[in-house]
Amino acid sequence: MSRFDWLSELLARCEDEHVLVRHGSARRLRPAHLLEIDHEDWGRFAAVAHSQGCRWSAVWGEQVDEALFSLNACFAYRGDYLVVRAPVAIRQPVLPSQAPWFPAASRPERHVQDMFGIVFSDHPDTRRWTRHKGWPEGHYPLRKDFPVAGLGAHDVAADADYPFAQIAGAGVYEIPVGPVHAGIIEPGHFRFQAVGETVLNLEERLGYVHKGIEKLAEGRDAAGVARLAGRVSGDTSVGHTWAACMAMERAARLSVPARALWLRAVLAERERIANHLGDIGAVCNDVGFAFAHYQFSRLRESWQRVSDEVFGHRLLMDCVIPGGVARDLDAVQVAALKVGQGTLRRELDALLPIVDDHPSLEDRLLGTGVLSLHTAVQLGVVGYLGKASGVDYDVRRDHGYAPYHRLNVASPLATSGDVASRVKVRAEEIGHSLALLEQLLDGLPDGATAVSWTPPAAGAEGLGLLEGWRGEILCYVRFAADGRVARFFPRDPSWLSWPALEQLIHGNIVPDFPVCNKSVNASYSGHDL
Amino acid sequence: MLRILNKIRKTGIVTEPVARDRSLDELGIELKRLVDRRMRGSFAIRAVDAGSCNGCELEIHALNNPVYDVERFGVHFVASPRHADALLVTGPVSRHMVAALQRSYAATPAPKWVIAMGDCAVDGGEFRGGYAVLGGVERVMAVDLVIPGCPPTPTALLRGLLALLQVHDGA
Repeated sequence: MSRFDWLSELLARCEDEHVLVRHGSARRLRPAHLLEIDHEDWGRFAAVAHSQGCRWSAVWGEQVDEALFSLNACFAYRGDYLVVRAPVAIRQPVLPSQAPWFPAASRPERHVQDMFGIVFSDHPDTRRWTRHKGWPEGHYPLRKDFPVAGLGAHDVAADADYPFAQIAGAGVYEIPVGPVHAGIIEPGHFRFQAVGETVLNLEERLGYVHKGIEKLAEGRDAAGVARLAGRVSGDTSVGHTWAACMAMERAARLSVPARALWLRAVLAERERIANHLGDIGAVCNDVGFAFAHYQFSRLRESWQRVSDEVFGHRLLMDCVIPGGVARDLDAVQVAALKVGQGTLRRELDALLPIVDDHPSLEDRLLGTGVLSLHTAVQLGVVGYLGKASGVDYDVRRDHGYAPYHRLNVASPLATSGDVASRVKVRAEEIGHSLALLEQLLDGLPDGATAVSWTPPAAGAEGLGLLEGWRGEILCYVRFAADGRVARFFPRDPSWLSWPALEQLIHGNIVPDFPVCNKSVNASYSGHDL
Repeated sequence: MLRILNKIRKTGIVTEPVARDRSLDELGIELKRLVDRRMRGSFAIRAVDAGSCNGCELEIHALNNPVYDVERFGVHFVASPRHADALLVTGPVSRHMVAALQRSYAATPAPKWVIAMGDCAVDGGEFRGGYAVLGGVERVMAVDLVIPGCPPTPTALLRGLLALLQVHDGA
């Protein structure tokens, strides 16, 4: 199957639906294909993409000059990526929404609405999303006239008047939870409506950890953006830094040495394993199975210590830099990594069967928090959340990027879509990642670990796409003059998984919410930006 | 069940000092001594994420894993600020978390301490100067101790807690 062999069909459908494609480029955002359309066709294009069977992936805006925004949306189909772009006049920033066809677009479009003041005319939900009271209504942080430091003193009151959906009826009561939760986790608000113990509806309210990351990136150099990307979501430091560097290197047409790419993959797989270990233990803890919690957190600690010894950071922050990686490995370090991998494999061989057929665990995890394949596809979820519901997609295997295109990448798949499936998929991913690490370390190419960064000309842009531990990460970067970044947009997979949590909790009991939430483990920080 | 018991038996006690870090052992003993004397054996901490990237939270979790097992020193993390002796605040203090942080502080009974954990909580860190953050816990409330790092390691956290108790020990 050749790449983009479906594109001509999509273009023909565009013509049928009177969507005018003004320009197309296979080079500008390589490896994605870029199509430029008119803003009034924004919604109709989504209809065409939907009829083609595309998955909606991301939307981001940018102010081009005093008069114009540029709006971008990314679609995926069979491992290929398509970006559509439309100019939007600042004087009248109104265009149709893509959310009627792709529910996944709903919150990201509301983010665009809050950050740019772009209005999606037929959007099903026009409430604010990212903005609470941190800046005044009618001001838009990602417009060029909004200062990085903000507008001076303003309200920091609680966002008390957000209009949550209401349910009425005999016996229906409401449980507000958060933003400060009982455990040591990130802040966010959950509004439950329940009858007895059964959840009728859950509405999430996020944005509490909004730090203005997109704005802070403006004017930084490549190294500064890489550092910032490493803190979009602290548990995905390697994933986001790599995606940002990939985007910047593509913009700069910079070719990264093979050894650096192999080492980046080593870092990424180590990050995946660390998070899966911690979360499998935490899921067990949420149903009171302390044994597994302690065992897995012990394994995670040993794993992080090896990371610290070999790469100098327990969470592997700042190991990926523009042009390559910050550290090389010598033979002793490779051996240390291999010893750690061998130990982990042996430990898991003993532990996973216990987790797998422990009756009380089965009782709590099987059939809990089911996300059906239908809903998963509708919401466009990725990563282990999708794989556990039968969505067979892995960026490493299906899109392919260096060095994975030279490796044998296996990806697990389950169909029940419950908490147990998500645990199982993640356990299997650990096994696959260990196999990848062996391939990577055995085949580590010789050579440099970085090339010196050479900034591209003003206007150069690039798109990074990779499989983080939560799933597909997308990152867009455009450069201004002097090697400064004009636009940085990191899209964490959590944007796609948060809406799924609202769906999979239906009909479950309130006390099962923590375990359902943990089994999805969407990032607050990666989402709130 | 036998397999579980067997695994527990084979794993043994992983809680340090058994392994490499002797300093952790000494640190722990000193911390325990101070918690016993100053806090009557129990030092309760409420963690509040005020805009963190989640890196700091992962290391707080690590403090509770069986290797560090911070509860053996009398330090424990509580679910409500009403049960807390100290707030452990992470993040650059996002504007959207200011009210919740202030309410958590108000709900903590006096006498209370505030610990700013991580570079962000110290001065905003990587997010300093942005429109959406205040740039450090000090901007909202008096801070008794800062623990820098991005994120601070569990050992650095323990050292920080020890330093806090030392400063307030009989001084």
